[in-house]
Amino acid sequence: MSFPSTHLSLVRRVRSGDAETRARAQDALAAVYWAPIYAHVRLSHHQEPADAEDLTQGFFVDALRRDLFARYDPGRARFRTFVRRCVDSYVANALQAEQRLKRGGGAAFVPIDVADVETRLTGEVEATDPDALFHREWVRSVLVSAIAKLHERYEASGRAVHLALFESYDMVASNDERPTYAELASRHDIPTTQVTNWLAATRRDFRAIVLETLRDLSGSEEEFRDEARALLGTTT
Amino acid sequence: MTARLSDAAIAHLRELVTTPARGTEPRYEITAHIGEGGMGTVYLARDRELDRDVALKVLRDPVPDDDDRARILREARILASLEHPGIVPVHDVGTLPDGRLFYVMKHVRGERFDEFARAERSRAELLRAFLQVCDAVAFAHAAGVIHRDLKPQNVMLGAFGEVLVLDWGVAKASGASLADQDESSRNAEAAGTPGYMAPEQLQGVADERADVYGLGGVLFFLLTQQHPATASATGDPWADNLVPGPLRAICDRARASDPSARYPSVGALAGDVASYLDALPVAAYREGLVERIRRVVVRHQTAILLVLAYLVVRVALLIFARP
Repeated sequence: MSFPSTHLSLVRRVRSGDAETRARAQDALAAVYWAPIYAHVRLSHHQEPADAEDLTQGFFVDALRRDLFARYDPGRARFRTFVRRCVDSYVANALQAEQRLKRGGGAAFVPIDVADVETRLTGEVEATDPDALFHREWVRSVLVSAIAKLHERYEASGRAVHLALFESYDMVASNDERPTYAELASRHDIPTTQVTNWLAATRRDFRAIVLETLRDLSGSEEEFRDEARALLGTTT
Repeated sequence: MTARLSDAAIAHLRELVTTPARGTEPRYEITAHIGEGGMGTVYLARDRELDRDVALKVLRDPVPDDDDRARILREARILASLEHPGIVPVHDVGTLPDGRLFYVMKHVRGERFDEFARAERSRAELLRAFLQVCDAVAFAHAAGVIHRDLKPQNVMLGAFGEVLVLDWGVAKASGASLADQDESSRNAEAAGTPGYMAPEQLQGVADERADVYGLGGVLFFLLTQQHPATASATGDPWADNLVPGPLRAICDRARASDPSARYPSVGALAGDVASYLDALPVAAYREGLVERIRRVVVRHQTAILLVLAYLVVRVALLIFARP
């Protein structure tokens, strides 16, 4: 699976000369990156939820105004490392100047679901390892983004039962809630073998979409492979 | 769509995209994760056709390139070329539906050598198992294959006393029949594990003596229960333990920094260990008179005890049977 020369990743598209392409790429990047950035600002920069949300929005507004993502040089660092450094720099400046209200100014550039992130941060007073925290939230964002794409494609192609099986089996909140294939077969009135086959097919597509999302978020083939190893490498 | 996912769901989804999915490979069904090798993940799988458990090694890299594919295929071919009871046999190779290569090998039930050694074992038992490891490695050397990553974690002891050397992922094949496979091994020249990897491997050089060094590290671990790198870093690696002089000397010679100061072959190393077990002189060790006497006594203790018993009886007869 090589990096297609004809495909321009989001990271490359944010440097496009076309303003509309650039804006769409920035929106897409923001959708993946807001949660890791919010969590990073909350714990690594010790900000209260409201301030962290404001700083996160402020960062994206600032990045848009200054075309920050377009300055990314794939030869120097991973894109997500670049983003985190930019966030650190932005937050330090904003706090120093105490201008975050003015900069963020309540502008809702990204739809942020603070409550969702906050549930995960409960009990974590500060980020003992900012890299690990950022990576954890980034992994989650990539998977959530891939699920959204899977939904979009399967709904468009009328594969609602495939999706329902995937959600019921692979997206349950805890392993105890996972139904058996036989229960799923009975629930959807299909043979158990069909549950096996459809789940396998959906998982294959999900995996392909995850890789596609990673490719979109990478500036080079090397970065894509590194990110794939980081996300899909050993999980145990 | 905004998906709110629990940590358990995220962990499951990550596992899903990493682990070969159940039911996607027609012959082998993955049932559990066994462990991590040099470049691949090993799973327990069920061979549906032969109805038996096997170990299935899948390339870990989620987006393998041609070099990665060549490397795992090379490992499988090297293993397949080594038919020895101490080397895990390969049954099959194949490609998963997601494009990743895998190979299938015997599922070894048992304990890793480091776990085995941590249980209460006699030194002789550990040394006998070590000699079996040496046998397997010497066989590989005779076939022109250097393992290059020998350590206790890469040796498995089966339930019936069998000893198997695993993880040939960074092995180097220099035999004529494997010459075409040697290209990709050059990239892995410096691969190995600190403490067990011979110093010259860092310079991209490795012959049989690199494995002698690795085996020296394994022997050190068996004798001291310590990782060789950690022990060396703290000064005298032999401080605070009761390892006999000959075994220390064997270990030190096997682990000499200069390859020319090591045993020239695994056979020579194994010979010295066997000599120690048989209470014979050890080539790597110059013993003193007292040690020599002690060794001779140990070696001939049965005969000496019989002679002593005979003498005691004769003396007793002389004393008590006097008219």
